[in-house]
Amino acid sequence: MELTLWTYEGPPHVGAMRIAASMEGVHYVLHAPQGDTYADLLFTMIERRDRRPPVTYTTFQARDLGGDTAELVKSSIAAAVERFQPEALLVGESCTAELIQDQPGSLAATMDLGGIPVVSLELPAYSKKENWGGAETLYQLVRGLLKAQVPPPGEPKPDPTRWRAEGRRPRVNLLGPSLLGFRCRDDVREISQLLAGYGIDVAVVAPLGARPADLMRIPTADANVSLYPELAGPVCSWLERSFGMQMVKTVPIGIGATAAFLRELHGVLGLELPAELETAADGTCAAERRSRLPWYSRSVDSTYLTGKRVFIFGDATHAIAAARIASRELGFKVVGLGSYSREQAREVRAAAQELGLEALISDDYLAVEAAMAEAAPELVLGTQMERHSAKRLGIPCAVISSPLHVQDVPARTSPQMGWEGANVIFDSWVHPLMMGLEEHLIGMFRHDFEFVDGHLSHLEGASAPAKHPTATATATAPAPASIPGDGVIVWSPDGEAELAKIPFFVRGKVRKNTEAYAREQGLALIDSEALYEAKAHFAP
Amino acid sequence: MGASSVIGDMTTGLAEQPPLQLFKESGQREVFCGLTSIVWLHRRMPDAFFLVVGSRTCAHLVQSAAGVMIFAEPRFGTAILGERDLAGLADANDELDRLVKDLLERRPEIRTLFLVGSCPSEVIKLDLAKAAERLNTQLAGRVMVLNYSGSGIETTFTQGEDQALLAMVPLMPSSEVDQLLIVGTLADAVEDRLVQLFGRLGIPVVTSLPPRRSTELPPIGPGTRVLLAQPFLSATARALVSRGGQLLTAPYPFGVEGSRAWMAAGAAAFGVAPALVAEVLDPLVERGQRAIAPHRELLAGKRLFLLPDSQLELSLARFLQRECGMELVEVGTPYLDRQLLDAELALLPPGTRITEGQDVERQLERVRAERPDLVVCGLGLANPLEAEGIATKWSIELVFSPIHGCDQAGDLAELFARSLRRRAALSFS
Ligand code: SF4
Ligand code: SF4
Repeated sequence: MELTLWTYEGPPHVGAMRIAASMEGVHYVLHAPQGDTYADLLFTMIERRDRRPPVTYTTFQARDLGGDTAELVKSSIAAAVERFQPEALLVGESCTAELIQDQPGSLAATMDLGGIPVVSLELPAYSKKENWGGAETLYQLVRGLLKAQVPPPGEPKPDPTRWRAEGRRPRVNLLGPSLLGFRCRDDVREISQLLAGYGIDVAVVAPLGARPADLMRIPTADANVSLYPELAGPVCSWLERSFGMQMVKTVPIGIGATAAFLRELHGVLGLELPAELETAADGTCAAERRSRLPWYSRSVDSTYLTGKRVFIFGDATHAIAAARIASRELGFKVVGLGSYSREQAREVRAAAQELGLEALISDDYLAVEAAMAEAAPELVLGTQMERHSAKRLGIPCAVISSPLHVQDVPARTSPQMGWEGANVIFDSWVHPLMMGLEEHLIGMFRHDFEFVDGHLSHLEGASAPAKHPTATATATAPAPASIPGDGVIVWSPDGEAELAKIPFFVRGKVRKNTEAYAREQGLALIDSEALYEAKAHFAP
Repeated sequence: MGASSVIGDMTTGLAEQPPLQLFKESGQREVFCGLTSIVWLHRRMPDAFFLVVGSRTCAHLVQSAAGVMIFAEPRFGTAILGERDLAGLADANDELDRLVKDLLERRPEIRTLFLVGSCPSEVIKLDLAKAAERLNTQLAGRVMVLNYSGSGIETTFTQGEDQALLAMVPLMPSSEVDQLLIVGTLADAVEDRLVQLFGRLGIPVVTSLPPRRSTELPPIGPGTRVLLAQPFLSATARALVSRGGQLLTAPYPFGVEGSRAWMAAGAAAFGVAPALVAEVLDPLVERGQRAIAPHRELLAGKRLFLLPDSQLELSLARFLQRECGMELVEVGTPYLDRQLLDAELALLPPGTRITEGQDVERQLERVRAERPDLVVCGLGLANPLEAEGIATKWSIELVFSPIHGCDQAGDLAELFARSLRRRAALSFS
């Protein structure tokens, strides 16, 4: 039993719903009580879908439990098949139905459903979560549909360069994009265009927009691109094992990753690497000029970004990508990296280690908030929940990952992947940072007569800018330090005044460091001098 | 599934009126479960914590219904059952005790802890009543532990509040005192206003269940007149009656007509002279009608279809038909408690089609066939219907917004008019 106040991921059957709702021609019969129909609103409200997810719930009640819930499952399946005429049917159960063990999958197998493919989903609700459920569903569905096509063992693997002999353009599948995934809709468009530019076609995008018949065409492609490993990992591995289809693993988020992705893809497909993708002596390539991020980042205007402390938390794919972009492409200092994706914990840990950090793998948002406060970042890159935590701490934040809020499904095209994705990332990360700086300037100048009080910025009053940077501070009695030590440490009025001049988003950290320094030095009073001493002491 | 039957015509209180048409339907229901009511109950009682004992689905439902969290630490949470808990109930009980202890240590401000049962906890027969008893002994009065079920196999949406209040009834002190007890969560400002108005009517003591502080439960006894502010509190009402309370029947306080009749019922129970009632309430009614008027202009003659969701459907239908001039196509309700809704049924126009229960696909077929001007429905259905060109009003807003009383009647009408007004305001040519 585990206390959860808020959860990053829903139960595994919500992952299955994401697959079903992303596709066309698939219907999902879910053995579940009425309350579980809440999940429809994730699609109709957050994604603003214009139709209900293709899910029939049995909505069994307590009074059904004594009777025949199995009969209810069967009649629900029959009614759903008749009404929706799906091309493939998913059958499964939510947490409660798992306990009553009606085994809807086996029940469906006994029914005459006109020969439509039926995939029975077993998603352990008490040990697994949404992304796992989505990945398992995609895998089971693809496997179920492709069973008959699996070449016998020992047969030679298809050559990913066979397109040449067949006299056609190379083609790949984009696997993983789904509803409720972060900017998937726009990433598909961006990556498809990117590939088209290199003469590579997209065979199947799945699950987003695919029909069961499209899934059956998966093996006609020369390779698979695992665009979103959280959902596509298992199915790509299975396709590699069973069909010998190679998988492109680099996720093209950021400049370096997009270039690496293109190189990997060219390598797998046996395409000659275009000159613009070749790495020059200085480590750059000509293709990256298709994005503005590298130049914007080099421009003198961005000097102030240097060493900005960022805290990163999200799903594994986006968190790892963010850490790479932040540290290498924007010149930030990553002071925290973590993810709620336990299945990809290893990758996150490795990425953190490269940055000299220990990864935080947790689905407890309060632990994440505590780590955030401890790291005293100047920018947070996280989920909607980190946005709220950051707001409480007065730190600017940009959202980089699911779980989604309706704001994360913008009207404009706003990818994360490819060259344009890098542009979007530059804007959406740097903008809140500038807002944070302005907030600080407003705090500094609030006593100038030109300053119009009540001017609130985008931070909506989350921060409390310097309250007493002026003479009034001298009147206040010295306050005891906030942390216990050997003896009480006191801030002098001029020490407090000096502290107040420090930007609000690092003030807490400076206060803590200075007090630690004072204790170390056996100082009882922190005046402005001591603060500068401490600052010098802690300077990198 | 998909059974639908006419369970007979029912004659309303007035014998000369043609009957209402009452249908019962069963099939897939598109309704939240009772856990949802935690979203407003926890706001009402800031010293209470609601601990759902359930699954990740339950946790996800409550947070999805509440929208994105903006608070540091919410006063509700879920003890998510793991595989170990399912393997042995003894372990599950120990785990629950440990978890509650940790929680209360971290949240010393909590005075009342509600253990809220869910479908999984009920199916595995985890006895939360026993757990509450055990924890109460351990905690020795420091925190009161109560339990109720918000499970989807037992309760729909607003019934969760009924079960929560029911759990508090046994703790209410007995008293003979003459008092008016308002039952059902109201927005604080609305409650203050109603109490003030009852004061003007000369009713000395007006109390509320749930109270604002979970520890300050109102008394109950033979002097208590029970006035329900919400039409979904059947079990609580019965329990209050069995504690000696006298249940007043009236339409519910939505719109000026309902609000006036509701307050008048309270006044009558204390023998307040009708002249005083008129003196206090009639100006409010008149002002309320003026507030409704601009919305009535828009709503009058428009056809309304209410899908079963919040259990407020019959009361809202009555208000929208009688005070806003709308035509009722169909009024759905998750379930129908005649005792609590007789006064509302009596006010509905003859021939009104009322459906109890739901088969969502068939109901949507009727919506499409009827093409009403406005559909009241849950969040899962609103955008899909809008995309089909049918205007909607989400029902969940109705349980979160202050809509009770004469002073709110204009706002209530506006909630429905807004959907139509917005559509009219948009043009892309
Ligand atoms: S219907 Fe049951 S399982 Fe589903 S959220 Fe409600 S209580 Fe939990
Ligand atoms: S509104 Fe305020 S914070 Fe926002 S850009 Fe203008 S000055 Fe800056």
